[in-house]
Amino acid sequence: MIAVNVEEKLFQNRYKVDHGRPHIQIKDADVCKNECEAQSCTYVCPASCYKAEGNRAVTLITDGCLECGSCRVICTEHTNVAWEYPRGGHGILFKFG
Amino acid sequence: MAEKFDAIVVGAGPSGNTAAYTLANAGLKVLQIERGEYPGSKNVQGAILYADALEKVIPDFRDDAPLERHVIEQRIWVLDDNSFVGTHYRSDDYNKPPYNRYTIIRAQFDKWFSSKVREAGALLICETTVEELLMDGERCIGVRCDRKGGEVHADVVILADGVNSTLARKAGFHGELKAGNVALAVKEILFMPEEVIQQRFNINEEEGVVIEMMGTVTEGMVGTGFLYTNKDSLTIGVGCMLSDFKANPQKTTPYALLEKLKKHPSIAPLLEGGEMKEYCAHLIPEGGFHAVPKVYGEGWMIVGDSGGFVNAAHREGSNLAMTTGRLAAQTVIAAKAAGKPMSAKTLKAYKDSLDDSFVMKDLHKYRELPKVLHDSPHFFTTYPELVSRAAKTFFTVDGVDKKTKQREILGSFKSARRWRGLVNDAFNLWRAFR
Repeated sequence: MIAVNVEEKLFQNRYKVDHGRPHIQIKDADVCKNECEAQSCTYVCPASCYKAEGNRAVTLITDGCLECGSCRVICTEHTNVAWEYPRGGHGILFKFG
Repeated sequence: MAEKFDAIVVGAGPSGNTAAYTLANAGLKVLQIERGEYPGSKNVQGAILYADALEKVIPDFRDDAPLERHVIEQRIWVLDDNSFVGTHYRSDDYNKPPYNRYTIIRAQFDKWFSSKVREAGALLICETTVEELLMDGERCIGVRCDRKGGEVHADVVILADGVNSTLARKAGFHGELKAGNVALAVKEILFMPEEVIQQRFNINEEEGVVIEMMGTVTEGMVGTGFLYTNKDSLTIGVGCMLSDFKANPQKTTPYALLEKLKKHPSIAPLLEGGEMKEYCAHLIPEGGFHAVPKVYGEGWMIVGDSGGFVNAAHREGSNLAMTTGRLAAQTVIAAKAAGKPMSAKTLKAYKDSLDDSFVMKDLHKYRELPKVLHDSPHFFTTYPELVSRAAKTFFTVDGVDKKTKQREILGSFKSARRWRGLVNDAFNLWRAFR
């Protein structure tokens, strides 16, 4: 497997981060920690916004989000992702798309 | 807000722009709302533009639309880890204007399309996210945006808000997307001098090549890779069914998959020296016919990706988006001319016109394909390896006689899938594509 640093890729992108107002939130952190075996968001998210912590917690930082929607769609067993688009003008701003 | 419009269009991608353009051109009072900083800034596509669907609304688009290259050569590659077996179709007929398809860069193209929409008379508001639809019982009467006093009313709302279809979901028009019905695609754009691209791909100025790839690069997941030539950049990407990403025991990330594709010995030399300037991800609705939700109701219609209008078998989406946008707009125009209310009964004409068009005919034709591919992952693992091994056996000169080689190749197919498997696979594919 090739080690890939996704941060290097995201660094090329343009964002207008809505500080203090993440557009996606984990509804109940305990559900990720205690009830979700797969934690597939931690490897499916193409911007690696979800991180598996050592203590089985899942943390979410939406700054690099590409607004694809995958995390919400795969969280079928627990529907534990509160997903909205960012406020108008915020979030990823594709230069090329 | 007291102001009322004939129609509100949510989103400024291909479907929303086509709808807004068509409506405004007919003299209707149109408000278009886009959440990005400018039209295109939230939009991601491969991207190939098929001329026909756009020609139907803007016949002279070639005069000033930002087009990258017209495609004269289509390559289909079956990859294993070290090789590819490919078919290339190149024809000088594709060099005779008017050209049939182009590579485009969506941020630029959408901006251009939007300028046409505004010239036609539609009012566009950017940097504004529509939070929800305003409902009066069953009837959609407008939208609420994330602006102060952001309630706007209209006779009809056209939802062109993209694959996540947030507004229709919130309004309960349809449920959540299924991971088995969407592909997650990631891509990068790599810049390099025009001349380098032309040399590497054996093309002249303005001519373009597209490569579609399948095989072991997707690690058994149902999916494809792609490489498109733009004017002075290349787009390289890979997409697989989201359900497969989720279930992949190797837990491969989409960006690791992309990186693996970029390092493939048949692809790396084409990308050499390219300067990466953007990394994108996007969901593609690939559920086809059976996944299309109800696309009209009391005062609302759904167009483009939001309605799942993608023909995955032919890699077509933006043309279906434009066509659905146009047909929805024409439905509104006809209803207004006839003085009819924008009721579900009136707007059913939109669905009828979709059924009559290539959009639903094509989706219907391939209605079983998503299931066949989902049930037959060996199309993406076993066969590419067999084909590649067969080619290697056949083309390696090593003193073994040709008849023995032929037996060896046939034997490898038989032992991998058995006669029954081979016949079944052929039948299933035929049924899905006929």
